[in-house]
Amino acid sequence: MSANMAVMNFGGDTAVGEQFLTFMLNGEEYGVDILRVQEIKGWENATEIPNTPPYVLGVINLRGAIMPVIDMRLRFGFPSVEYTAATVVIVLRVRNENGQERTMGFVVDAVSDVYNIPVGNLQPPPDFGGTIRTDYVRGLAMVDEKMVILLDVDYLVASDVAMIDAEEPGEIAESLAE
Amino acid sequence: MSVDISQFHQVYFEESFEGLDAMESGLLALSSGEPDMETINVIFRAAHSIKGGAGTFGFRDISDFTHVMETLLDEMRSGKRLVTPAAVDLLLRSTDQLGGLLTAARDKVEPDAEAIAEALTELQAMLNEAQPDAPAPAAPTTPAAAPAGWRIRFAPQAHLFMTGNDPARLLRELTALGSCTINCDLSQLPEAGAEFDPEACYIAWDIELSAPVEESAVREVFEWVDGDAEILIQSVMPSAAALAAASAAQAEAEQLAEDRRQSDRRAGDRRAGDRRQSDRREGAAGASSSSSIRVDIGKVDALINMIGQLVITQSMLLDLGQEITPEKTIKLREGLAQLERNTRDLQESIMNIRMMPISFSFNRFPRLVRDLSSKLGKEVQLKLAGEETEVDKTVLEKIGDPLVHLVRNALDHGLETPEVREACGKSAVGTLSLNAYHEGGSVVIDISDDGAGLNRERILAKARERGIIDAHVHPTDAQVYDCIFAPGFSTAAVVSDVSGRGVGMDVVRRNIRDLGGTVDVHSTPGQGATFRIRLPLTLAILDGQLVRVGANVYIISLVSIIESLQVESANVQTVSGSTELYSLRSEYIPVLRLYDLFDVQPDSTELSEGLLVVVEAMGKKVALLVDELLAQQQVVVKSLQTNFRNVDGISGATILGTGSVAMILDVNGLVRLSRERYADLPLVPNSFRMAQQETIQ
Amino acid sequence: MASILAVDDSASMRQMVAFTLKGAGYDVIEAVDGQDALGKARAKQADVVLTDLNMPNMDGIQLIRELRKLPQYKFTPMLLLTTESAGDKKTEGKAAGATGWLVKPFNPDQLLATLKKVLG
Repeated sequence: MSANMAVMNFGGDTAVGEQFLTFMLNGEEYGVDILRVQEIKGWENATEIPNTPPYVLGVINLRGAIMPVIDMRLRFGFPSVEYTAATVVIVLRVRNENGQERTMGFVVDAVSDVYNIPVGNLQPPPDFGGTIRTDYVRGLAMVDEKMVILLDVDYLVASDVAMIDAEEPGEIAESLAE
Repeated sequence: MSVDISQFHQVYFEESFEGLDAMESGLLALSSGEPDMETINVIFRAAHSIKGGAGTFGFRDISDFTHVMETLLDEMRSGKRLVTPAAVDLLLRSTDQLGGLLTAARDKVEPDAEAIAEALTELQAMLNEAQPDAPAPAAPTTPAAAPAGWRIRFAPQAHLFMTGNDPARLLRELTALGSCTINCDLSQLPEAGAEFDPEACYIAWDIELSAPVEESAVREVFEWVDGDAEILIQSVMPSAAALAAASAAQAEAEQLAEDRRQSDRRAGDRRAGDRRQSDRREGAAGASSSSSIRVDIGKVDALINMIGQLVITQSMLLDLGQEITPEKTIKLREGLAQLERNTRDLQESIMNIRMMPISFSFNRFPRLVRDLSSKLGKEVQLKLAGEETEVDKTVLEKIGDPLVHLVRNALDHGLETPEVREACGKSAVGTLSLNAYHEGGSVVIDISDDGAGLNRERILAKARERGIIDAHVHPTDAQVYDCIFAPGFSTAAVVSDVSGRGVGMDVVRRNIRDLGGTVDVHSTPGQGATFRIRLPLTLAILDGQLVRVGANVYIISLVSIIESLQVESANVQTVSGSTELYSLRSEYIPVLRLYDLFDVQPDSTELSEGLLVVVEAMGKKVALLVDELLAQQQVVVKSLQTNFRNVDGISGATILGTGSVAMILDVNGLVRLSRERYADLPLVPNSFRMAQQETIQ
Repeated sequence: MASILAVDDSASMRQMVAFTLKGAGYDVIEAVDGQDALGKARAKQADVVLTDLNMPNMDGIQLIRELRKLPQYKFTPMLLLTTESAGDKKTEGKAAGATGWLVKPFNPDQLLATLKKVLG
């Protein structure tokens, strides 16, 4: 783990393997950088946030913090399923372009495995068409003859207008300025 | 070893902005009273620190600029320069420029080079103008031909060790320059049997350094002991000219020694008086981008104590829990009560950490009032009271602009010119006072002037003209004065046009409302006006009304709620097809259906089956349709933005006793949201509007 | 490792000095002004004192003067952190018992080099 930490360089090319936590979604296996995973918790009911897309399930109380929860199936346009005992929320630390970290939960079908994947050997993502845009896919990796789709969670969130603040002019600053 | 010193930048900016505040208030004190040494020292020290840090952290323009200010201040400090109003004024203006430089460096933008250069030129001009007995520039030392080596006599005075200097160190440094032959001169050692001080230095050294180094390199070795030892440095020339050069060097050394003795005397003469200083004010007022907060140590100690209490209670409960017997349940209940008390105390203390004295906001006013009153040709005495009153840091940050607006307003429109005042039989000097105090669970700030007061007739005329008060209505004074807070009721147009900014009091009221506060005005013709701002102590906790819409629980801040009522169908009117107005005691109040705005499933969409919560939003009343009123309780406000983003109509979230999350409604945001959806929602003020259908359409 | 008493009313300078010294393995005692430093110096013996000149409550020169009165600080190296503009302060500092000085602005390397000088 510490060896991986040392070479961890987000988005950078490195021949050394990074560790990825993978999860299942609609029969496919997706991976996220394990250093971003804060915890994995069971699904619980969220409080809805008004006027947000259906895949923003709402917010939950994560030990006193207000954390949004995103349904990955709905986010990627897959059919929704009934949440079961296996349904888990992967709590990830997501960074915006200013380097600020947010903690967000992502509901997936099930957690799969942890793989060491040499980042240098990633395949560029093909055009999936539909909802899964290639720009938040870091690349594809073959692990034990299975394909794993590695996600760039930062971009997944940053590219989504439903998840970021609209620029709002400061009212008082504007109106009281001379 | 390499140290990234940029990590200290933020601290540097924080303390520099503090220093800047100290300079400004010091200079203001100088301008209004006798120059006292203490104040000048404080200003000097602040400038000095800003400069020192700037040099170290690589802000060259800041250190250059501050250097000139510091020089001027140093001359004042040492009595070489008189503290004239012109000098104080220039220094005040220079602090503004320095603030600009600091802000630019902090925000990594280009400073206003022109203004800086201008201020620098002025400062330089003042420095050059009447500088008594300016010392002649030192004659440049002509570099001598490089010698073959140096002959050095180093004879420490007896007290050398007491300066922490070690001759062995000096000799070691010297040998680092080149090979040395060192002869030890023990001739000053006391005779055997004579009195011998073991802490004194009796030994001298004669050194021959055979290396062609610069004299300055040799002098540098002895730099720290210059004055604590006899140091003779003679060059060893390869030629016959050696002797002559050596004697010249000796003469020079003697001259240096003489100069030094003189400067020693000078330094002794102006022993810098009393250097004690009142406690430096703490806090980070200027650095707005900083999110750190300085906390009084007493508050932290209180917190630590409380945690201690909590730990004790917790362990007590743990013990009790080991084996519960019926007789222990009483104790358990007591323990739980104690835990509740501890928790509440702890919460209060933690909130207290965010509290800062309002002086951080008041500090700017002496300067502002001074500048503005002279611009307006008015004589104003500013009185500040209750500066130690504490408010939440966020409240403090946000109240600044409204306060400035009200103070400007009072100076501009409230207080009269000296001539007018005297004609009215008042003293030529007007008084403006800012008074802060706690009252109940709120902080109150009064901004009072002893000026002319509000002009009822003109406000009423304007209000009628704008349709804010209908022609046939005879309002009370309070109702008339309240009109100045109505949207579009520009104060500038009412009383004078000096401000000419076209910003009305409605913005002030809206901003204060956004903080959960209120503002109102009292006025007595001829005697002045008082604006009273009432603010919640903190934004971190609010008293909330829980309401339910279908399966959703929302929280409405109690201060914004006017009343709640059962809907009488007869009182509902629909205008423009979609907007519903509820007629309540001759007012028409727009109805906002929460379920509709938030797109959630209610118990019922029938108005008559729900409840209306009448709230004040953006200066107007609106009625929110909910299914049920639940409990009222204090809630801790948490940001949605931390992990998500801001959401229209929601000011934050909180965690209820059950552990689930509930959204806190932002009533202003709800009005905006509804305005976006239904562009025809009437948002004209309805406070004085009597039942007149046509004015609504 | 030697312990250094670092005295400066400017938090940024103090942090920079402390950070540098700690990074080089020294023990650092921080103080915010002369008065604070005097108390801390009494409580724990410092091997070197590094002090700013201009400080509230008690300035660097007064601090050195007071420290030199204490038997345990009679021979301790004490360095003034001063600016080039304060030339006569050096003399005043020396008269009070300062060992030497370090001219501001200085960088971490200069600080360590000067310290090495007095620590031998």
